[in-house]
Amino acid sequence: MIIAQQKPVKDIAAMISECKKVLLVGCAGCVTVCLSGGEKETEVLASSLRIMRKMEDKPLETVTYTATRQCDPEYVAMIDNYTKDVDAIISLACGVGVQYLAERFTDKWVVPALDTKFIGGSTVHGNWEEKCGLCGECILHRTGGICPIIRCSKSILNGPCGGSQYGKCEVSKDVDCAWQLIYDRMKALGKLDKLMEFHPPKDWSKSRDGGPRKAIREDVMID
Amino acid sequence: MKTESKLQQILDSGQFAVTAEIGPPKHSSAEGIRHHAEMMKDYVDATNITDNQTAIVRLSSIAAGVHVQSCGIEPIVQMTCRDRNRIAMQSDLLGAYSLGMRNVLCLSGDHQKFGNHPTAKNVYDIDSMQLIYYLRRMRDEKLFFSGEEIKEHEPRFFIGAVANPFADPFEFRVARLEKKVEAGAQFIQTQCIFDMERFERFMEMVRERGIDQRVHILAGVTPMKSWRAAKYIQNNVSGMIVPDELVERLKNAEDPKREGVEICIEQIKYIKENIKGVHGVHIMAIAWEEVVPEIVERSGLYPRPKI
Amino acid sequence: MQYAPSVRIIEMPCSGTIDHRVLLQTFEDGADGVFVAGCMEGDCHFLKGNFRAKKRVRQVKAILDEIGFGGDRLDFFNLSAAQGQRFAEIVKTMTDRVMELGPNPLKLKNAKKEGGAA
Repeated sequence: MIIAQQKPVKDIAAMISECKKVLLVGCAGCVTVCLSGGEKETEVLASSLRIMRKMEDKPLETVTYTATRQCDPEYVAMIDNYTKDVDAIISLACGVGVQYLAERFTDKWVVPALDTKFIGGSTVHGNWEEKCGLCGECILHRTGGICPIIRCSKSILNGPCGGSQYGKCEVSKDVDCAWQLIYDRMKALGKLDKLMEFHPPKDWSKSRDGGPRKAIREDVMID
Repeated sequence: MKTESKLQQILDSGQFAVTAEIGPPKHSSAEGIRHHAEMMKDYVDATNITDNQTAIVRLSSIAAGVHVQSCGIEPIVQMTCRDRNRIAMQSDLLGAYSLGMRNVLCLSGDHQKFGNHPTAKNVYDIDSMQLIYYLRRMRDEKLFFSGEEIKEHEPRFFIGAVANPFADPFEFRVARLEKKVEAGAQFIQTQCIFDMERFERFMEMVRERGIDQRVHILAGVTPMKSWRAAKYIQNNVSGMIVPDELVERLKNAEDPKREGVEICIEQIKYIKENIKGVHGVHIMAIAWEEVVPEIVERSGLYPRPKI
Repeated sequence: MQYAPSVRIIEMPCSGTIDHRVLLQTFEDGADGVFVAGCMEGDCHFLKGNFRAKKRVRQVKAILDEIGFGGDRLDFFNLSAAQGQRFAEIVKTMTDRVMELGPNPLKLKNAKKEGGAA
């Protein structure tokens, strides 16, 4: 899922400092699961902003709504009725949601409440880690199911580099060296010879470097 | 594959080579580089020019290489994969060759986190292995990295790579070195050796695989100025091993700087006499270039062969 | 057992059911100070409710500090039903603290508004 974290309340407040009434839109997708932009977080943020503004003697009126998903137009359309008299919309979704709201509500000031961090999973409740670099062409079959693109701090394909020591990355003792993990796993699987194969450079045109990407499935299109 | 590199001629002729390192400055004057080059001129066969080492912005390695070359030393231009994509790399390599550079050392590069621009974006479009591979192909098959033909004047570099016997996983270090040799590396410079026992084990594995017959390995040594410097490396630099005895020896020395030089000379002599498969030594006197001539001379490596 | 009359007790089934929103709401509604009394550590009927409450209170304190309201107006104490005396002490501690901090700043703004209109 997409992992996002809330921006400091003060930063969000600064984005809407001129507004009297705002709509806060949560998202019941990824950001609910990673506890940054669900119904509860939306209400906590609304309350925090109200308190803050009242202290400044500039009371703020808030409306909250949590969309099933902000990354699908049909769910975004369901917000229409809440937007009529607000001065701004605060989206508590990932960057996709913010843009879908901005695209639909063309005359509204739409701002992000979250920083979209990465694609990952949770180890335990409250602890998320990055696992996928969205490079556009998966190579996990070559690296024992461990992604060097995102888990190696240098995205090295023929690792490990000379900074790997005691299983850790040179960047921090808190970061596992992805290539040590790959080595260990390949060894356990009896496939160390695979690591002797020269791994050619990635085709980055399949990643973000080719411009914004599209995925099309004509067989599932309704019209 | 033969190149115009003097370093290659020395190594291929079976002579024990000596290289040193010159770190470009954090400003735009080449005075210091030239001073160091002139000082080392008769004492080394070539000098590495570091490429923004530890991710600190410095005068470019290729520009510094030109200065060094004009002082009469053959430069080994270092190129990391951190700061350039494959387009910039090739462009710089063509430019470097046109300016007379004949040796390139390919390396990943230290992570930008350690430098003076920790918020920079790193590139790592290709890694050091791929750089070696494509650099060889550029020379031997006249192809750009993309596979497009280089119609004329392909750069013909003597290709170097690095090996770190002190990083992990130890067992894989020799395998990865072999992979670099397969990719096209012709000479190897190692990370600074402080733990001689581990380096000997590494070289034993190198000889077992016959890698020393296929590539020239230069052992990296670094004279230490103080026990604090040794302790710092021991605790803070990932991928380096400094034994406690070495720290203690520097600590107990009356003149630690002298002692640092003595230790370095002992290491070179030991490597040259006892470790088979090592074809030269690479002296990395970090911010202490002045001491290189003395080390070379007293290690019995002076005078250097004339090419 | 005697304690300050300024306190209003809101009973919850478990301190672990108290959510960030409830705490923020009390301040929006005008409370000068709030404390959450959770069970003694190790005595939670649901095992970890009191620990979770403590963490949530810490988080809301951080929010209150961040927005300039002040986290000091909120606190968490472990307390058992048998510790009447201790309860009275905590009430005194919180009351003294709130007296020192003054009234809920939001209430002051309201009062000023009303005064201004009159």
